[in-house]
Amino acid sequence: MIRNPRDLQRYTASERANHWVVGICFILLGLSGLAFFHPAFFPLVHLFGGGVWARILHPWIGVVMALFFLIMFFRFARLNLMGAADWDWLSKVRKMVDGDDHDMPEQGKYNGGQKLLFWGLTLSMVLITVSGVVMWRSWFDFPVELVRLAVVVHAAAAAFMIGLIFVHVYAAIWTRGTIRAMLYGTVTRAWAKQHHRGWYRQITGKN
Amino acid sequence: MALQSLDIARRSATTTEAPQVRNTTEVAKLIDVSACIGCKACQAACMEWNDIRPEVGNNVGIYDNPQDLDDKTWTLMRFSEVEENGKLEWLIRKDGCMHCADPGCLKACPSPGAIIQYSNGIVDFHQENCIGCGYCVTGCPFNVPRISKADSKAYKCSLCSDRVAVGQAPACAKACPTGAIKFGAKEDMVHYAQSRITDLKERGYQNAGLYDPQGVGGTHVVYVLQHADKPSLYAGLPADPQISPLVSLWKGVAKPLAMVALGATALGSLFHYVMKGPNEVSKELEEEMEKEDAK
Repeated sequence: MIRNPRDLQRYTASERANHWVVGICFILLGLSGLAFFHPAFFPLVHLFGGGVWARILHPWIGVVMALFFLIMFFRFARLNLMGAADWDWLSKVRKMVDGDDHDMPEQGKYNGGQKLLFWGLTLSMVLITVSGVVMWRSWFDFPVELVRLAVVVHAAAAAFMIGLIFVHVYAAIWTRGTIRAMLYGTVTRAWAKQHHRGWYRQITGKN
Repeated sequence: MALQSLDIARRSATTTEAPQVRNTTEVAKLIDVSACIGCKACQAACMEWNDIRPEVGNNVGIYDNPQDLDDKTWTLMRFSEVEENGKLEWLIRKDGCMHCADPGCLKACPSPGAIIQYSNGIVDFHQENCIGCGYCVTGCPFNVPRISKADSKAYKCSLCSDRVAVGQAPACAKACPTGAIKFGAKEDMVHYAQSRITDLKERGYQNAGLYDPQGVGGTHVVYVLQHADKPSLYAGLPADPQISPLVSLWKGVAKPLAMVALGATALGSLFHYVMKGPNEVSKELEEEMEKEDAK
């Protein structure tokens, strides 16, 4: 497919790189973390060179993810502030999921669902990072009661975050023409006008 | 002791039944605190048999030496000076793994086969399978497992599972000069403890009793205490030890719940796509843009 020079830039190269660093970390952390969470997934440790290596690597990958997520947070937080139109969009999301997006209110760069997801991921990251530090015995020695709380928070927040990422990935697959925005940065004008009309107007100056 | 595989009752991070066809006698180590003179022969014997040599520490004015359990100190005499009934009492408790019937360490451990409970009741760490996460520390209600700084593996008293496997008593029981440490079938130990408790009661220790806490299903190291109504007098022995509800939540309902929720989300997504189809850009909009491009 020849790319249309009139396609709209949705993400810069550095935003994309940032996203994928976080994404790769997420996959590695999810695989190693699930291995510790449930015996059924324990064989996944072999992807990391065995159980001990998975235990050593998991927190360090977490540090990288936390740092890059923080950068991403500062890049996108302002764009994800919730407004009245977002709550309106969310109240109608059932119809959208059912396949009819005709009545959806006009959305800017991000719709209400994306924004809610952003804050859900941010909350998960805060909980996972803080509890993860408390659990990191190689470096820290917190009171056992606190560690017991941390392991529950870590597992619950991680399961929640994995669920959110499933939704995130599926939404990107379901809404055709979306993934290219995170791969090479552009979307078609038709895509922008259909899914994010406010943003389309803002950057093209058209209706 | 992997050679005892047929005697396994429970195995960490394993969801299927462990091999368990053979019937073994439930064992116990009885520690009669009222008969202990604090000589530390048990500590020395433990080091000797298990080939562990803790660092030589410093004297800080108490008899506890070393001051805490560590990866190379699997048992430790803890000395408490308390006043009971207007008398000074020197209570000396041999601390170490209690070998719980419902072991919190085993419940918390994520690594298959790193923690084993034999059908005779001994809870053993298999360091070759240990990944060093420290979850066992989180699970233990007695604060026993220690992670080695040298190899990041968890260590604790094995109840000399290697000796017991060949019909010998644990090294500490063998070395005790006063008979304060006894080893045998749990039934026999409980029976013997009763005679000691009767004796203590006759001598004025009205609250003498057996410490075999039922909150962890009973233990395979049991104490005869002069003051069984106040276990905390004995260097903070917990009165009603239980696996923390947080650990039970984490290793109990959280696992199936999270798996079902995540599985449902993944499958739900797939079936949504199959049944509703993708969210495509409308034909009109595409044509509109094509016209624009043609200009």
